[in-house]
Amino acid sequence: MATVKTLSIDGRMINAGGDQTVLEAAAEVGIAIPTLCHLDGVADVGACRLCLVEVGDPPRLLPACSTEVFEAMVVRTDTERLRGLRRMIVELLFAERNHVCAVCVANGHCELQDLAVRVGMDHVRFEYVHPGLPVDISHERFGVDHNRCVLCTRCVRVCDQIEGAHTWDVAFRGAGARVVTDMHQPWGTSQTCTSCGKCMQACPTGAIFRKGATVAEMERDRSILSFLVTAREKKQWNV
Amino acid sequence: MDLAELQEVADREAAASKAVRFRVCSAAGCLSSGALEVRSGLEDAVEREGLGENAQVCAVGCLRLCCEGPLVRVDPDGTLYERVAPDQAASIVATLKGGEPSARRGDADRPFFSLQRSIVLENSGTVEPERIESYIAAGGYRSLHEVVREMNPAEVVDLVTRSGLRGRGGAGYPTGLKWGMVAKNPGPHKFVVCNADEGDPGAFMDRTVLESDPHRVLEGMAIAAYAVGAEQGYIYVRGEYPLAIRRLETGIRQARRLGLLGTQIFESPFNFRVDLRIGAGAFVCGEETALIASIEGRRGVPRPRPPYPAASGLWGNPTLINNVETFANVPPIIRNGPEWFASIGTAKSKGTKVFALAGKVRHTGIVEVPMGTTLRTIVETMGGGAPDGGTIKAVQTGGPSGGCIPEDRLDTPVDYESLAQLGSIMGSGGMIVMDQGTNMVEIARFFIGFCMDESCGKCIPCRAGTVQLHRMLSRIIDGEAAEEDLEPLRALCEMVKAASLCGLGQSAPNPVLSTLRYFEDEYRQLLRPGAGAAAASAGR
Repeated sequence: MATVKTLSIDGRMINAGGDQTVLEAAAEVGIAIPTLCHLDGVADVGACRLCLVEVGDPPRLLPACSTEVFEAMVVRTDTERLRGLRRMIVELLFAERNHVCAVCVANGHCELQDLAVRVGMDHVRFEYVHPGLPVDISHERFGVDHNRCVLCTRCVRVCDQIEGAHTWDVAFRGAGARVVTDMHQPWGTSQTCTSCGKCMQACPTGAIFRKGATVAEMERDRSILSFLVTAREKKQWNV
Repeated sequence: MDLAELQEVADREAAASKAVRFRVCSAAGCLSSGALEVRSGLEDAVEREGLGENAQVCAVGCLRLCCEGPLVRVDPDGTLYERVAPDQAASIVATLKGGEPSARRGDADRPFFSLQRSIVLENSGTVEPERIESYIAAGGYRSLHEVVREMNPAEVVDLVTRSGLRGRGGAGYPTGLKWGMVAKNPGPHKFVVCNADEGDPGAFMDRTVLESDPHRVLEGMAIAAYAVGAEQGYIYVRGEYPLAIRRLETGIRQARRLGLLGTQIFESPFNFRVDLRIGAGAFVCGEETALIASIEGRRGVPRPRPPYPAASGLWGNPTLINNVETFANVPPIIRNGPEWFASIGTAKSKGTKVFALAGKVRHTGIVEVPMGTTLRTIVETMGGGAPDGGTIKAVQTGGPSGGCIPEDRLDTPVDYESLAQLGSIMGSGGMIVMDQGTNMVEIARFFIGFCMDESCGKCIPCRAGTVQLHRMLSRIIDGEAAEEDLEPLRALCEMVKAASLCGLGQSAPNPVLSTLRYFEDEYRQLLRPGAGAAAASAGR
């Protein structure tokens, strides 16, 4: 049992378990740090950089999702600098692929959209890249629109760590990076996909969707994922 | 194998050595310009002239002045021949009988050579990299013997710490401190990894070391393994270095055959095995956590640190990762003592540094100089300045992670801190010289383009930020940007630097920031007055 640590987040003294991350400790006391790639139940990768917080003095930028608390830690989650960085990160995402909400299945139920509102992004200062990527609707029940993908790799991780299928992975690099099924084969031909739909539940944007969903209809139920994880951790299904 | 047997190998090698040796550079640069043909030409001539009793031809490592290759150096008088054509080989051999060579004589005393101080490269150009006997005759594997038979691991760590050696991969972390951390971190298995994934544009130092003296790196790794308690090592070498790979494979095989790698080394309980891992050509795999993922057979992407590899590296075990040049420094430190090493260099940067001198400079090639040598000495005195009567404008150090240092700062001594102060880094040692004809904005765009292509795509600032930086620079170069576009460029640079997950993204904006810092006028010359406002009103 890790010992309890005392630390300060945004000037508030709090207690946290020694093995907790800054993100968990902050959430417990009602401080919500913005995240995108984080998903309860699967391992953190520290990729989206939205949860960067300032630690110590002079401040070091560390991802709250994968930084463990330590004694006498001083954390700031909402400084001018952090707000600037987060807004720019969200803008970069909007400029990177096609995120026109008005024609998106996830409109109104989208974490990227929520983030844009939260960081106060009223316009994008960068040039839109709009790469024109393919949409794969070869699967019987689901589809993936790469134009909406933010490469958070939540689908990759739920498929690997919760479902155990590892159908999803990332191929290529840089701006060309793409989530793929199997060895970059059409999803519908996948030999490993169990059609469980966890990737679809995990996706924060309109990238992975239920076929038939039209604009603004694509709602997700993340509680399914946390139910599965909790049940597994508590060994509720032991027979 | 014991010390007496090691000595026997060395004695046999010395006895077989002929009075005259034609040393042909057999590193990648000279090989690509025909060194192999020169070598067989020399061998044929020696045989034809019946000089076999007296002379021999050796395929040695890099003779350093790459731009004048193929190079041949003749022992014992040290005559250097440059740009040797195969049909000139016979005339070089004929000098033994008083003939006049048709090949061009090089000046072996020019500053390019005379100002070098060789520690890492002391065997380069003398030892035959494909023959372990040649390395042993040069005193090789003595340091490993001393360490394994006469010292305990803590003493080795202490010795390396006292030497002041710092990581030559670029970050300059104290090597002894890193070794001590791996040694003290608990774990049933530990690993030693040699980072030979040199991928900076214009850098070829590590390749030179591996091609010229592979056993030196293997010996350094074995000493490190003994010090930290590892039994398995990996050399992560990029697939673009086939010659280095072949020579490492040969070296490992030879060392195993003689019992210098493998089990019970020098009849002690120490076991150490080395395997190669060939990189598929991703720059990001030089970052240590991405490198580890790649060795484990996963996608080569970095992960947040801590935990550092010293605590949790390969398969979660404590792992020591050092650069090629760092390991190559170790055997001479053991042989000559830490005080000797600490006496070379500057107060905080000890020893020497190998640089790959390239770009708009007369003498390109490999130089090894004591830390604290000024950039001007390297590029002007040793490198001979810009070719064709040009003048030097800037020097880029540290590759895409580094920065451009303007001519008026060339008197800066080369050490970790001074370069950092100038907004650049030591990096692994690439040094690209630019003359007045170089457009610095183009240079900045080139390096950003490199980072953009090589970003793994995992984190947003690096993946999407480099794309936008590249576009911004392109707009400036195309004359489509205005005054008000410079500030967003700077802001994005700062964001990518501060928020990226690994060193690739964190350092990607350095070439832009350093050129903005020293050559802002070049940016301004390209700006169109009011262009930004015009574009805005046009609805862009």
